[in-house]
Amino acid sequence: MESRRYVVQGIFVLIGLIFLIKLFALQVADKSYSFKAERNIIQPITEYPFRGLIYDRNGNTIVYNEPLYDLMVVPKDVYVADTTAFCDLLQITPEDFEEKLVTAREYSRGKPSPFLKKISHEEYARIQDQLYSYRGFFVNSRTIRRYSAPILANELGYIAEIDPEGLAQDSTDYYKSGDHIGKTGLEKYYENELRGQRGVSYKMVNVSGIEKGSFKDGALDTLSVPGNNLITTIDADLQAYAEKLLRGKRGSVVAIEPSTGEILVMASAPTYDPNLLTGRKFSSNYEEIASDTTNPLFNRAIMAKYPAGSIFKTVQALIALDEGVTDTQEKIYCDTFSIGDHAPPGYYDIKKGIAMSSNNYFFELMKRVVNQKPDPNKFIEGRYGLDRWEKSIRNFGFGDPIGVDIPGEQDGLVPGVDYYDQIYGKNTWKYSNIASLSIGQGELLVTPIQMANLAAILANRGHFFKPHLVRGFEKDGEEELLTFDKITPGKGVDYYPDVIDAMISALPQTAPRALVNDIEIAGKTGTAENGVKDETADHSVFIAFAPKDNPKIAIAVYVENAGWGGRAAAMTATLVIEKYLRGYIKKNWYNREEYVLKGDFIDDKQN
Amino acid sequence: MRREGGIFGNLDWITVLIYLVLIIWGWVNIYASVYDAESTVSIFNISLNSGKQLLWISVSMVLILAILVIDFRVYESFAPLLYILFILLLMAVLVLGTKINGARAWFEIGPFRFQPAEFAKFATALVLAKYVSGTNVKLSNFKSQVTSVFILLVPIGLIILQPDAGSAMVFLALLIPLYREGFPAIYFIIGFGLAALLILTYLVPMLTLTLSIVGLVVVVIVLLEKTTKKIISVVVIGAVCIGMVSVTDYVFTDVLKQYQRNRIDVILKPNTVNKRAEGWNLEQSKIAIGSGGFAGKGFLKGTQTKFGYVPEQSTDFIFSTLAEEQGWLGSLILIALFVVLLIRIVHLAERQKHKFARMYGYSVAAIIFFHFTVNIAMTVGLFPVVGIPLPFFSYGGSSFFSFTIMLFVLLKIDMHRSQVLMRS
Repeated sequence: MESRRYVVQGIFVLIGLIFLIKLFALQVADKSYSFKAERNIIQPITEYPFRGLIYDRNGNTIVYNEPLYDLMVVPKDVYVADTTAFCDLLQITPEDFEEKLVTAREYSRGKPSPFLKKISHEEYARIQDQLYSYRGFFVNSRTIRRYSAPILANELGYIAEIDPEGLAQDSTDYYKSGDHIGKTGLEKYYENELRGQRGVSYKMVNVSGIEKGSFKDGALDTLSVPGNNLITTIDADLQAYAEKLLRGKRGSVVAIEPSTGEILVMASAPTYDPNLLTGRKFSSNYEEIASDTTNPLFNRAIMAKYPAGSIFKTVQALIALDEGVTDTQEKIYCDTFSIGDHAPPGYYDIKKGIAMSSNNYFFELMKRVVNQKPDPNKFIEGRYGLDRWEKSIRNFGFGDPIGVDIPGEQDGLVPGVDYYDQIYGKNTWKYSNIASLSIGQGELLVTPIQMANLAAILANRGHFFKPHLVRGFEKDGEEELLTFDKITPGKGVDYYPDVIDAMISALPQTAPRALVNDIEIAGKTGTAENGVKDETADHSVFIAFAPKDNPKIAIAVYVENAGWGGRAAAMTATLVIEKYLRGYIKKNWYNREEYVLKGDFIDDKQN
Repeated sequence: MRREGGIFGNLDWITVLIYLVLIIWGWVNIYASVYDAESTVSIFNISLNSGKQLLWISVSMVLILAILVIDFRVYESFAPLLYILFILLLMAVLVLGTKINGARAWFEIGPFRFQPAEFAKFATALVLAKYVSGTNVKLSNFKSQVTSVFILLVPIGLIILQPDAGSAMVFLALLIPLYREGFPAIYFIIGFGLAALLILTYLVPMLTLTLSIVGLVVVVIVLLEKTTKKIISVVVIGAVCIGMVSVTDYVFTDVLKQYQRNRIDVILKPNTVNKRAEGWNLEQSKIAIGSGGFAGKGFLKGTQTKFGYVPEQSTDFIFSTLAEEQGWLGSLILIALFVVLLIRIVHLAERQKHKFARMYGYSVAAIIFFHFTVNIAMTVGLFPVVGIPLPFFSYGGSSFFSFTIMLFVLLKIDMHRSQVLMRS
């Protein structure tokens, strides 16, 4: 039996070897356990950066972040010596206190859960001083977007939790479920500037989820970087004024500083208070706003497509001159038969045509442009000229989104050869089919911002800068400004003074009440047929700039179903101009402000 | 022959050295397993397990001195008495014991707890050695086989009643010294065969297994010389196997409790087990060990064990703390220490002139071996989780004292191995 000792010792060695092999497999060969161990203990804690602020052109803050505080509790650490004092501090009843503690305990004894949510900054300041004397409580802070005034809702946009599609589209893999992201407006367009850089710190947690310090002493942690602040071109006071004037109506106001392309005002009505789409009540408010039949989320300034109306005659004149089919001297006799007209028959030149808004004069000009390459076949004659006309019109910023720096801008419609070929069939249409384009009606559709840009082109006597809402960014206290190229849409600039003179002289006739003493305004009214005649009134349209020399503001106003351009739109526009140039509204013979605010443009037909 | 060098003369210093390394290393690891970086408490602090373990270590030093002073012959003489005493204590604990973790295994006297099963191993080892060394006992003899197995079965039965399957299983280790002393190998072969069948029953559907056995019987009969006697024996063996399979299947499905089945599932059917529920302990232990890598995370740097992911970290799962912080290298050294210790003890046993001493030496090696094997096997997922400690290493008074006493009684006997000749 002596030999059995070797069997026994052999078994000892064998077991030892089996263990060493098994352990080698576990510890050295299989790397997955290190990963699992880290996944066990590491809890990444996201440090959200401050989202960038948004300023107006004068440095006023329009959008800021408001801190909100949640009082957190870790039930097993709680020690409250004097419950009454604690309840007084938090302004809760002792019953609340017990109930909240029970709820927290049911969730977890060791993990923090909210005890009191959404404590305001003021309350927090009061509570913070005394919180140290109670154990087991701490404060978590976060921020929500706040708006200093109830204006600019659609331009600023809103932020909300990223949705699954958004996550799927995020090719940079930056966003995580639950993150907030700009959904519309500037918040969306400048998301990358505003959001900043998220930081993360890795904490170690024990099996009960309680923090046990930082992982690797924070070597892997990254600090959050606050977002850049946006410096917008908006004049917040003027914006508020424009929105006030539009209240209760449907329409929009777009005002641009011609020398820079900076948008001073972009107002659309109906609108909503941006403070509704932030914080705790986001969901219920959003539902309400989105289901509102007046569609307050629709930004008319860039999304609404209207017929241009008579204001389009200005650009028609410029193109006719560019094409050389007339000059500033030529007088053309116009009867009133080719197209319906308010202007009397007689001799018209550019100036008089615009001033009197003669439909037949522009019918003739457009005819010359379209039929500028004679052809015996009437159905072919217009193709060359219309093509040139379409290109010119597009150069003036129509037919495509102008490229404003918020999402959702519409293109409008500039019909060309292809378009009419589709409608009528190739070579089956001639000038008479498309003649209503000459006076800004027909298939042509424009957006208010495109018209405002036209006003800026006129103000600049032949050039413009892309209209934009953001002038630059503020990064770490340093301003970084964007640059914009000067764009010259037409061929010549010499005949602008004539067009402008015509606009100035037209105003006393077409919009007498809109005149402002001592401010020389160049404007053009329009009454855009909205296609549903007899049911609703036409849209009231007006473009203008002021002052005549060295203009500071160019503006386009659309008020839907408000009738003549000389009333609702012109008066709204000139009020905004006066407010911007003078700073206040000077009283004159007619209380214009009250008239516009009252908004009964249609019933008041006698004047 | 006179002893040299007082009470330490002839003491086997190799064993003592390994013993000291194990207890100190174990103590340090106990500290590591309860260490909290945020509120560092000294390793000596008595409120920590490490502080208490140091106390147990000090007490064991006194015990060692006592053992070295007491006459080496008492163990042989008093073995039956000691055995009877512990059998009585095992009976008493079923009635008077305190229930902890579902088992009535502990006496509670004031602040101290005492687990008779831990010391019953020692007593059983002694009495078995005394029995086997008896003049007319031959382990090839059936009557002797029955008696020796009976000596084992009494404490096993009582401990199962507590119930503490883990501690009861340890007594099976004493089959190793019996084997060394001539217990027929065929029993072990049959035993392992049955164990394999047991595992198969669990893994393979009953019908498949039954049909396989029948098939095997047919094949064997076809291949064998066809004498009636052989055919009958093969058929009988086959029938017994099928009977076994039915019985174990019944035991597994109807006798075992769900938590016991879970523990077996964790090892045998790991894919069916929920790693957040019944598979948690093993999974976390494996993560701790696996994440240690080659050289470990460093002393006091283990996260799995520090942050409470591994259960029973200072007692049954102490090895995972070591493996996490000292890595494969640390594990290698620990395993090597144990294997060297075990071989050394067998060496000591083999050099005894007296059969009692040899048998007892083997018993000590076998019990340590069994604990070591089952404990590490369960932390790495080779064996179901049964709560038995790692000798000299795990936190705990009773087991620590028990191992110390067993080992040093052997060393004491070994010191006097030459005197035995003179006596007999």
